[in-house]
Parts: sequence; structure tokens; C-alpha cells
Amino acid sequence: MGITLAEKVWERHVVHRAEGEPDLLYVDLHLVHEVTSPQAFDGLRAAGRPVRRPDLTVATMDHNVPTAPGPQDPISVRQMQALAENCAEFGVMLFPTGHIGQGIVHVIGPQMGLTQPGSVIVCGDSHTSTHGAFGALAFGIGTSEVEHVLATQTLPQKAAKTMAVTVEGDLPDGVGAKDVILAIIAKIGTGGGVGHVIEYRGSAIRALSMEGRMTVCNMSIEGGARAGMIAPDDTAFEYLEGRPHAPTGADWEHALDDWRGLPTDDDAVFDTEVTLDAATLTAFVSWGTNPGQTVSIDDVVPDPSSFVDTQKREAAERALTYMGLEPGTAIRDIRPDTIFIGSCTNSRIGDLREAADVLRGKQVAPGLRAMVVPGSMLVKAQAEKEGLDDVFIRSGFEWREAGCSMCLGMNPDQLAPGERSASTSNRNFEGRQGKGGRTHLVSPAVAAATAVAGHFATPADLRV
Amino acid sequence: MEPIDVIEGTALPLDRSDVDTDQIIPAEYLKRIERTGFGQFLFDSWRKDPDFVMNDQRYAGAKILLAGENFGCGSSREHAPWAIEDAGFRAVIAPSFADIFRNNCTKIGLLPVELPAESVRALMDAVLDDPSTTIVVDLPGRQVRAPGVDESFELDDHTHRRLLEGVDDIGMTMQLDDEIAAFETARPGWLPTV
Ligand code: SF4
Repeated sequence: MGITLAEKVWERHVVHRAEGEPDLLYVDLHLVHEVTSPQAFDGLRAAGRPVRRPDLTVATMDHNVPTAPGPQDPISVRQMQALAENCAEFGVMLFPTGHIGQGIVHVIGPQMGLTQPGSVIVCGDSHTSTHGAFGALAFGIGTSEVEHVLATQTLPQKAAKTMAVTVEGDLPDGVGAKDVILAIIAKIGTGGGVGHVIEYRGSAIRALSMEGRMTVCNMSIEGGARAGMIAPDDTAFEYLEGRPHAPTGADWEHALDDWRGLPTDDDAVFDTEVTLDAATLTAFVSWGTNPGQTVSIDDVVPDPSSFVDTQKREAAERALTYMGLEPGTAIRDIRPDTIFIGSCTNSRIGDLREAADVLRGKQVAPGLRAMVVPGSMLVKAQAEKEGLDDVFIRSGFEWREAGCSMCLGMNPDQLAPGERSASTSNRNFEGRQGKGGRTHLVSPAVAAATAVAGHFATPADLRV
Repeated sequence: MEPIDVIEGTALPLDRSDVDTDQIIPAEYLKRIERTGFGQFLFDSWRKDPDFVMNDQRYAGAKILLAGENFGCGSSREHAPWAIEDAGFRAVIAPSFADIFRNNCTKIGLLPVELPAESVRALMDAVLDDPSTTIVVDLPGRQVRAPGVDESFELDDHTHRRLLEGVDDIGMTMQLDDEIAAFETARPGWLPTV
């Protein structure tokens, strides 16, 4: 019987296997950022252990970084300084603020060509699943595990189950990768992927660009999955070729031969299978406080009493109270105060182009605060080369420096209590973007159209 | 990591599903570079509500946290189990956990116990009814006991042994240094380095 992509990558990385123990997996790339690493470096120091493979470890500053001039929180500064000191002491390459290589950890890996098919990639961050878009097995780990990988370049891992999520058909106009993943999470639920590695398959997935695929894989964790992957193909190889860390010459040919053997065998069997029909998908908007609480933009805010499950009903009631929404309200009648385009889900050049296309020649509705935070300094530079910054600024958006920013509000970019956002990020948890803030998750196209309309809208709405 | 044996104590009934790590500890408190001191920020936003169960003095000193399904979903922040542990809890009982959260718990010696939803409901009701209800979480026997509840829970043998002995994972892996070195020698030369 054949095996799946995830199992192939796993098997190639087993350093040690023993009955009754988790496999010890080798880690090809360890990404580090300032929030989940200081205690791990402290642990190394206390035990007198070095970083085993600084050449397979890259650090950046992203969660805390300011994206606009102004006074900085001294505690944030201290955390970033700690990362700089730790990287210097342990010989780890760091992209600090101000460096052209700096950016959100999940944006810079692929951008440098470090994220490659068939690798095992870890980071102390749950959206590490992003890198699965290249056919890598990539997952988030906690700080104890960060220390373990720093010290040994390996990680004990219990076997995961496999899940196929197949999206067949053509996506309707105006429906993109973000809508696909929001629809998938709405279908499987926030715990639907627990214990599984998801492989996204089908013609609609294959038709996505690498950036779209990263958006889909990014939010695997929001469906509870340990990782999300897509089989590498020519789209992936074209994206990689010529990037700074991609193989070259004869090595490139060896790598291609190797990568072409990675896709799931035809006769492989998944533990769980889910299918979606691409043609039925629409733009999605979240109405609640978890990423499973989403509906089509054509829909209304659901009535909690429509949920059969008691805990789901109570969760919906609590969510609506928190969100300040009435059941039956049309999604298009909801008016956000803030538009945020950014985060590791939607801050790549393709996302910015998608939003800029909607905004060209239009104005942000009066009274709305709108900002774009590019995922990396290189994305920012590229966008400026294409004149996108000009489109955003003319339409009334703020154009910021790279970082996580309002995705989680560790820097000054936050929602005020009761303030409502249309956000291209990945989590609509209570208080995620600032205490009392109300988050609606959307695609870059919907975020841009909403900025212009002043209420939730699609680009098509602006044309009528 | 401290070894765990039998945990016996009262419980805090957090009767909600999908409790995410941003609720357990909001991002603004993740800026500390120390490993301790996070307990004061546990469920920070909810604690501002005087009716929140954690503000009910009858539940003060609870050692066991009872919660709904998919507990600990969201980010990989180990600060979440650190905060729970720092606030005095030794075990969390729920019908299901998010993977990374559960894994992080077992790395620091906070015991995640998965029980059938009916049993968690029974424990929740018992504790809501009588806050002084004592729950026994018997790690060696993999059992949870309380008045009216006597249920065994699943925990793989490897994690069971690690928690009972309080082992240092890194030290254990370092004993496999020869195997790691052999694996490294065999890796293809075209793989990237930074
Ligand atoms: S952008 Fe948001 S989700 Fe992504 S790494 Fe930063 S904080 Fe996490």
C-alpha cells in the first residue's frame, strides 16, 4: 500500500525509533522569534549546552516590533534585546528590526528559499504550518521544545493521523484562498483536525498560487490540525528557483528529482477524508470569537438557538454578546471601525496586490482607520517598487513597517474596547487584537472593499 | 520537571468549550523573558468580571482545572500551561485538548487528563454543586476518582513514565548523540544552511 506525503516526509526524518516511544525526528530548519525563545536560551545557559546547529537556525523579530515611529514599550524592547543577545552568544543568525531581511517569521522563510519541499520545519509559533504549502512538514512547538531543538536539532514526536481535505472544481470570481480555508474550518470545526496532519488536495488547491497555498496551510491550526501540507509541484518549484537559499546547478536537478517523489501515492489511504465543492464557495466573514464561527458574506448573523449542541449554543451566545451583534443581522450591514491588512496569513505581495487592485482610485470610507502592514521588509520594498504604497496611501490607508502588528496587538497597534475590525489575520479570539476588540476575519479583497464601502462588502459590490 | 504522583484536591469548574490560549494568557503578558510569574495573569480578561468563577472564593486553592472540549486551542505559547501551573493547578481535566497545548503541559509536568464528556460533565456538576468536592487524579493508576465518578483515563506509556519520573527530555535525547551524528552525515549535501 502506498503512503501519503506527510508519512514520506516523516519517515525520511526518523533518527531513532523504539517500540513504545515517540519517533525522534530530525529538524531541517528551526525558526526563532523573540517571544517564545528567551526561556529556551536560558535553559541552554543553565545546563551549559550550545546550539547544536546554528547553521539550521534563523531568528527574526516580529511579534513585538513597532510598525510606526513613536515611543516603544520598554518591556518589548527588553524582549527584543534579549533575542539579540542570545543570538550573539549562541551564534544564531538574526534579522533584527531595521534589517532588510526582517519580517514575520513565516514570511521570511519562504522568501529566502529556506522553506523547501520534504523538510521538517519547526518554530515556537502555531502558524508554522504555513511552510507546509511547499510540501514541508512544519509545525508549531512550545518553548521547552524550542530548547530541545536548539540543543539537539531533533524532536520526539508521536505519530499523527492523516486527513485529506479535497477541494475540487473552480473557485467563483472573487473567492480566494482565505475564503477556502475559512470554509474548511467552518466545515470541520475548530477541533476537527486535532491529532491530524491535513493534506489539502484537489484541483482548486492546485490552481492556487504559492501565496494562496500558504494562506490555506497557515490556518490549519485554526482547524486544530498539527500541520497542513500541499504536494509540491511545478508551481512550488517555480516559486523556489533562484531564491537565495534554493539549490542551484546540478543540486537543483537532484533536488527536483527528490521532490517529485514526495506527493501522496495513488493507493495511499488517509485516516479521515473531507471534500468541498469549490463552485459553492463564497467570500467568508467570521461573526464570532473562534475561527469556526464564520458564514458567507451573503448570510446573516446566526441565531444561537439554531445550534443543537449545548456548548456550541452557549459559545454562540457568549460570542454575540462579546461581538455586540444581534442574530439575523445581515453581514453586509455590519460596519467595522478599523481595517487591518497584514499578518502571516495575508501580508505577502500577492495579498497586497489583491487589496490594491480593489482600492485603486477609491477612498476609504470617512471615519474608518485603515492600515496595511507588509509581512516583511522585502515585501514592503517590492510593493513600493510596484507603487502599491502609493495606491494604499492615496486611498487613505496607513503604510507601515513589517511585523505581526495588529494580528495580536503586542505592539501599540491595537483595537480599543468595543472597536470592530475587518482583519486579514487568522484569529478572532476575544481580546486578540486588543482588550475588548471585536475581530472579523476576512480576505484581503473583502478587507479592501469593506474599507471603501464602510460595511462588509466584496469587490463586486463596489462595481454596482 | 518535577515528578507527578497522586494529585488530590478541589477543582475550579470552567464550564466553557474552545477556551483559547489568548484567554488563558493574553499576548500583552508574553513579554516577560522569565519562566515564572505568569499565574497572576491567568484568564486575565475574564477575571475582571466579578462573576467569573475564578473570583468565587469557594474555589480558591483548587489544584485541578475542569474545562470543556478543545481546551487550549490557539497559539503554541507555553506561557499558557506556565500560567496555569503558576496559579497552583497540577492537572487539567477536559473532554479534549488542543495538541500543542497538551504537549506543552506534558513537557512541564502539568497533567492533562482527557475523560469522556459525560464524566467531565458529572465532575463539573458535582463541583458546581459543592465546591469542596475533592477529586483524586491518580497518575500511577491512570484513574480519576470523585464521589460518583470512577473513571480511568488514557495516557501513552511513554508520557506516563516521563511524568512519573519527571525526566529531562533533552538529557535523554543527548544520549542518542551517535545516531543524530550519523543521520547528519547521511543528509544530502544540497539541503540549505543559513
Ligand atoms: S502574524 Fe499573527 S499569527 Fe502570524 S506569527 Fe505573527 S502573531 Fe502569530
